[in-house]
Amino acid sequence: MEKQLIISVGREYGSGGHEIAQRLSEHYGIQLLDHNLLDEIAAAKNMDMQHLKGLDEKHRSRLTSRTVRGYSSSLEENLYLIQFDHLRKKASSGESFVIVGRCSETILKAYDSLVSIFVLGDMDKKIDRIMKLYGLSKEQAVRRIREKDMKRRRYHNGHCDRRWGDSRNYDIAINSSKLGIDGTVAMLADYIDRRRTPQ
Amino acid sequence: MVAQVFAVIIFIAMFVFIVTEIVERHVVSLVCALLTIILVFGVGMHSMTAVIETINLKSIAAAEFWYLSGESTESSAGINWETILFIFGMMVMVEGMARVGFFRWLCMRIAKLVKYRVIPLFITFMVLSTVLAMFIDSITVILFLAAVTIELSQLLKFDPVPMILSEIFCANLGGSATMCGDPPNIIIGTSLGYSFTDFVTNTGLIAAISLIAVLVYFYLIFGRELKKSAAEVIDHSSLPSPESTITDKKGFMVSSVIFAAAIVLLVTHAQTGLTVSTIGMIVAVATLATSWRYAAVLLKKVDYKTLLFFIGLFVVIGGLEQTGILEIMAAFIGRISGGNVMVMIAIIIWLSAIASAFVDNIPFATTMIPIIRSLSLTYGVDLSTLAWTLAMGTDIGGSATPIGASANVVGIATAAREGYMIKWGQYCKKMVPATVIVVLISMLIIYVRYL
Repeated sequence: MEKQLIISVGREYGSGGHEIAQRLSEHYGIQLLDHNLLDEIAAAKNMDMQHLKGLDEKHRSRLTSRTVRGYSSSLEENLYLIQFDHLRKKASSGESFVIVGRCSETILKAYDSLVSIFVLGDMDKKIDRIMKLYGLSKEQAVRRIREKDMKRRRYHNGHCDRRWGDSRNYDIAINSSKLGIDGTVAMLADYIDRRRTPQ
Repeated sequence: MVAQVFAVIIFIAMFVFIVTEIVERHVVSLVCALLTIILVFGVGMHSMTAVIETINLKSIAAAEFWYLSGESTESSAGINWETILFIFGMMVMVEGMARVGFFRWLCMRIAKLVKYRVIPLFITFMVLSTVLAMFIDSITVILFLAAVTIELSQLLKFDPVPMILSEIFCANLGGSATMCGDPPNIIIGTSLGYSFTDFVTNTGLIAAISLIAVLVYFYLIFGRELKKSAAEVIDHSSLPSPESTITDKKGFMVSSVIFAAAIVLLVTHAQTGLTVSTIGMIVAVATLATSWRYAAVLLKKVDYKTLLFFIGLFVVIGGLEQTGILEIMAAFIGRISGGNVMVMIAIIIWLSAIASAFVDNIPFATTMIPIIRSLSLTYGVDLSTLAWTLAMGTDIGGSATPIGASANVVGIATAAREGYMIKWGQYCKKMVPATVIVVLISMLIIYVRYL
């Protein structure tokens, strides 16, 4: 049986982290989990996918939710916990996969098969990428990058002790602007292969 | 004047921080308690006596804290140690019962008794939720009931949400029936000197009448839906037997005896003279002594954060009381009611219900106790009437919204983690009418019986 491999990819918006995760999943022939994680959960628990999408990656409202002995009335908060449980179950079952975001570097830290990566990028390169991808002006791209990163930071820091993007939290943090997407994927694949080879 | 300003600012800040949950509520209340001692009693009042009275440690040394030879009396202002010790004792007992599988066994036993038929299950679980919540905290009741409801719903193929909502409401209703059912009642009872029997014969009666209305209401809105969704043929062999849920048979017997003893002691405490703090200590010591091997685990599971929250809260409210702010608020209520008892009751019950639907009912009830005491003295209204009004308003109002009471939060979270997302609108649509019905019934009974 193939040795288990779990790759966790955290990323700054516009750094190409998602594309890198996709390329790594193709390279190793393993499943990529991003928004489709919700599809899996919705199917397993017979839940309304549209409702789940509305709740995903949203921050809980402090005024309309309450926490009692670790139980929260916030549906957003409970959806995070369902996703975390689902990831733990998949990891425990021995499955290999690439997971994008979802605090996975912290949630799955206990697994030896985990390789945690954080992809960052230079601001000018990230702006160029977002302008090209979505046909936005420079100002719009800057605004979108800031908004998305703030959302990701809040989501991550709300559930993990270590801060989002703090290199001490990941096995490897890499600036994709320096080597480009291809070069970054090649370097990461080399790192992962070395990790998987018994020393 | 300076002390009053400090007391009000600290109190408002405490509420804002509790509601927004920026910091955990026990940290908020303890920091605010410290600020009350320094700014209100120290800088504002220069009064060491106020500090000593509010910390209230001397009350524990008094004989009547443990045993009452005559009529129970109103306690002094400040930290209500009787409440703290009683809740601690009950928490230890409940943890002991949970360890041996008591609650899961009880739920499964009842499910088996009604032959796993959905509508009888729906009705009996509502009654079970009410009865259990009369003696133990509603969080534990819902934690177990909701989990078993979801488990059964998956086996019997029905939607568990209607049942969980009804159980939540009934847990809050059951809590209103006794002195130990809901924290506001314990605080009202120990602060104003009422016994378990006083509560049962007053709020208990209101809760019993309300339960009938609630059973009818929930049956009318959920009955058809439940009947339709339930599977017609049930394979009983796939269902867990009640006995299989017991994790420690000897411990189970002991826990059942301790629970029964706690009920007897509570029901008879006005006759025996044992105070609730003594009863709390008896059940805690009995639980720890009989399961000494697990004593450390049980003690670790006690929710100390809630106990610390209570301690801080009592000090902050003590600041409002010592500076006369609560008397000013009482005078305001008295003025707008024009001294009319009916209006006063209506204001207290609806204000309590609406406030408790959005903010924690414990600080609200604690704040209101000195206010109703002052109203009673000023306008000659019977204090017990106002106490039952306050208890019903705060206990029932919490059911209206997902954040109003602890049982609601735990029920919603338990359902959500199993994939049953209960939205705010969906929750309020079913629970607000039930809350209004019970508050109205309570108000009418209070009018008819006491005026």
